[in-house]
Amino acid sequence: MARPSQLFRNLNAKVASIPMILTALVVFVGGTIWTIVYSFTNSRLLPRLNFVGLDQYERLWSTPRWIISIENLLIYGSLSLIFSMVIGFLLAALLDQKIRFEDTFRTIFLYPFALSFIVTGLVWQWLLNPDFGLQGIVRSWGWESFAFDPLYNQDIVIYGILIAGLWQGTGLVMCLMLAGLRGIDEDVWKAARVDGIPMWKTYVFIVIPMMRPVFVTALVIVASGIVRVYDLVVAQTGGGPGIASEVPAKYVINMMFEAQNLGQGFAASTMMLVTIAIILVPWAYLEFGGRNRRG
Amino acid sequence: MRYKLLATALALSAALPFTVSAGATDLEVTHWWTSGGEAAAVAEFAKAFDATGNKWVDGAIAGGGPTARTVFISRITGGDPMGATQFNHGRQAEELVEAGLMRDLTDIAESEGWKNIINPPSLLEGCTLDGKIYCVPINIHSWQWLWLSNKAFEDAGVPVPKNWEEFVAAGPKLREAGKIPLALGGQPWQAAGAFQVLMVSLAGPEVFNKVHGDKDAELAAGPEVKMVFDAAADAREMARGSNVQDWNQATNLVITGQAGGQIMGDWAQGEFQVAGQVAGKDYTCLPGLGVHDVIATGGDAFYFPVLKDPAQTEAQGALASLMLKPEVQVAFNLKKGSLPVRGDVDLATANDCMKKGLEILAAGKVVPSVEQLLSQDSVTQINDLMTEFFNGDMDPADAQKRYAAIIASAD
Repeated sequence: MARPSQLFRNLNAKVASIPMILTALVVFVGGTIWTIVYSFTNSRLLPRLNFVGLDQYERLWSTPRWIISIENLLIYGSLSLIFSMVIGFLLAALLDQKIRFEDTFRTIFLYPFALSFIVTGLVWQWLLNPDFGLQGIVRSWGWESFAFDPLYNQDIVIYGILIAGLWQGTGLVMCLMLAGLRGIDEDVWKAARVDGIPMWKTYVFIVIPMMRPVFVTALVIVASGIVRVYDLVVAQTGGGPGIASEVPAKYVINMMFEAQNLGQGFAASTMMLVTIAIILVPWAYLEFGGRNRRG
Repeated sequence: MRYKLLATALALSAALPFTVSAGATDLEVTHWWTSGGEAAAVAEFAKAFDATGNKWVDGAIAGGGPTARTVFISRITGGDPMGATQFNHGRQAEELVEAGLMRDLTDIAESEGWKNIINPPSLLEGCTLDGKIYCVPINIHSWQWLWLSNKAFEDAGVPVPKNWEEFVAAGPKLREAGKIPLALGGQPWQAAGAFQVLMVSLAGPEVFNKVHGDKDAELAAGPEVKMVFDAAADAREMARGSNVQDWNQATNLVITGQAGGQIMGDWAQGEFQVAGQVAGKDYTCLPGLGVHDVIATGGDAFYFPVLKDPAQTEAQGALASLMLKPEVQVAFNLKKGSLPVRGDVDLATANDCMKKGLEILAAGKVVPSVEQLLSQDSVTQINDLMTEFFNGDMDPADAQKRYAAIIASAD
């Protein structure tokens, strides 16, 4: 007699997860395939199946605005990842020194995260405005030659956006890290102290390796925020000055609705997907594929 | 900076007289009129519409035309249409009409004889597809204006220029007096608009029509257009230090005398009016930059998406015919600073600048707007190029080469 089919084991759980599986298949996979297929057409405002081969991709990669978008994403992404991790960890480590008013500091640092990117962008647009913001204040103190106007300088505008992004997102990383630090057994610290290991060494060689899961969580959260950065740029600079602070997500939206060129927008979003896949697939393989071998 | 926009939007929603009468049909009307002068103008429509027993639900979207159109189009194609929406007539809503998402207004147009009252006829043609009428043109807006602050020139000790050349010559003097010679907002459409004004005014309407209408890429790469790019490089130099985003903030620099002038469409007029300035005394306007007296007959139009609810459909019809009523046309356009679409209305109260515009219109010195000639895809490409050019240090010759390439692939 044949063994009961694998398919019917845990039937309840499988039935319960059908809606989610369908959603994932239809919305995510289906939508992705649909987008990729239509990126090979010359669809304008409405989708049309009129294939034009790789035309959209050729145009995409010969468009300066797209190239600048990709460069900006690389700069913003790598720096935002590094700085939010480093600053987040440092803040958490400082807060972990059993200081007074810890709750107050935690609230202050986390508070920006409660604001949307739109509000963050507008706030920093004012702060970095050369006439009313930081530069204006310092000049009014008497330092007339002081110049700090990142939002109006094409070469450094992306760093102006980075500052706002870090201000908004670092608090969350700090909280995650703090939770991680609190999860470290007190005995580890005692043992290190008995052995006379300096505090910074304990952090770098013992505590941080123990916090690996927390770092992975923070990394995933920060990274997913980077790829979809859109509203911050729209609110803060609108992509300017010129096209110096354009980002890929903004290119996609502009192409689809403003330029009424769906094909071009789809080609750009497909390229975004490919970029993410190139980074994510090897990482996921290392992170999750290796676990089986380790047992 | 956007604070001002938010404030006007708030003021707008508070200023609108919402008369709630029994049996009134709510009709959501979306548009991108959020500056002071614009808000005052759109309130005229709302007032007139509410008087018919219906209710105008205001859907102002801040951030300029391109931002707003993104919202309109995604709502209409996403199956959440509004009662009526603004577009610039021409090709912006072309595909929405082709897909049958917009209501056919031909019966209303015929019964009210729009063909006979709308002048110039090209406006109604912009609303027509396959012999059917799909939108209501409500005003004529022309881009081809140079607004000059008399105060700024007085402070700099130079006479107010009479044409573009004199203006460029006065640039260094204005700089010395601590003024920005040319105010230019950072949004892409403003740089592109200013360039098109230089194009039609300096190279002349014929070149403009050939390049954009016939997509003559060779001409776009030629010496006539090179002159335009050199002028654009002058304009770029004069606009350094503007540090504003929205057009009305740039206009405000002119109003307060911090900037010498601004190339902007006649909607800027509304801002001067709200600020209580008098044409000829506080500010000067030069149509066609004082070189070629010509204006483009672009403008705003209202489209009515197909709705299922019969009561709302009826309210749409009421709004469509109301927008062309002579008294509404006068009230709206005076506040907006634009020209009415009917030649038969009395604009005795119009100021000097509007009268100049009416004269040029009556003399038939008009060109189609860029939106009527090129698809949105090409327009966006040109916008991107111009914003890159005006905010960087791109060589005019390189910019012209890329411009010609866009024209060559345009449709």
